[in-house]
Amino acid sequence: MAPLGHYLVLSAMLFAIGVWGVLRNRNALIIFMSVELMLNAVNISLMAFSSYLSDYSGQVFIFLVMAVAAAEVAVGLAIIVSIFRAKDTVNVDDVSVMKW
Amino acid sequence: MGLAIFYVLAALALASALMVVSRKNAVTSAVYLVLTMTAIAGLFVQLGSVFIAALQIIVYAGAIMVLFLFVIMMLNLKSDEFGFDSRVFRRLFAAALGVILLIQLVMTAARFPSPPGRPADMSVGDIGAISRKLFYDYLYPFEIVGVLLLAAIIGAMVMARRRSEGQEEE
Repeated sequence: MAPLGHYLVLSAMLFAIGVWGVLRNRNALIIFMSVELMLNAVNISLMAFSSYLSDYSGQVFIFLVMAVAAAEVAVGLAIIVSIFRAKDTVNVDDVSVMKW
Repeated sequence: MGLAIFYVLAALALASALMVVSRKNAVTSAVYLVLTMTAIAGLFVQLGSVFIAALQIIVYAGAIMVLFLFVIMMLNLKSDEFGFDSRVFRRLFAAALGVILLIQLVMTAARFPSPPGRPADMSVGDIGAISRKLFYDYLYPFEIVGVLLLAAIIGAMVMARRRSEGQEEE
């Protein structure tokens, strides 16, 4: 089995890729996918700690993170759909004002 | 052997994650994200929990990605409409911020003393033990998550609803 540090570094790299994706992309859908990537990166370190410390709490947290991710995607995609109906675009630069 | 499998899965996850953030077409990104999720599920199996790996496949690679693909299909976007931020300064800023965050996280991870690892005869994949933890120690968070999901369902329905003719926008 790979040492714990390997999993933590992998988790950090995936999280950083997710942050980079959020900052770099203009498509709201891809920004959402990058957020999912960050949530998954955190899941990896939770699972690694759960496994190495023989504690089930980490897996319970993964369960909760997944539920929150599902809720976030449902609401977020609904927001994107209604933005698309109003503005006919999902480019985040075009929806930078709160009211128009 | 275990180390080799870890490196293969980690390389797969990282490569497909890079593809997720660097493609312009949302469908391509979504399919690469499915690959990332699957590689991560493989890592969960290697860490000893088949249950969490199955949840990862069902919830992320299944439900959430199908939702994404449905919305992409519904919106019917032109993929070349986007492109990344044209301002070079912003792109450099994004990359620099990512690298700084990566360095900080890796330094933090390196400072954590590595535990010896669990003994080979001890499993962390016991579903009974997970559910006892979930329904005794973490019962209130579990209930609250149920309420959160209900609120998310209602919120999504309210926001995605097409406004009817008589109902004027505020």
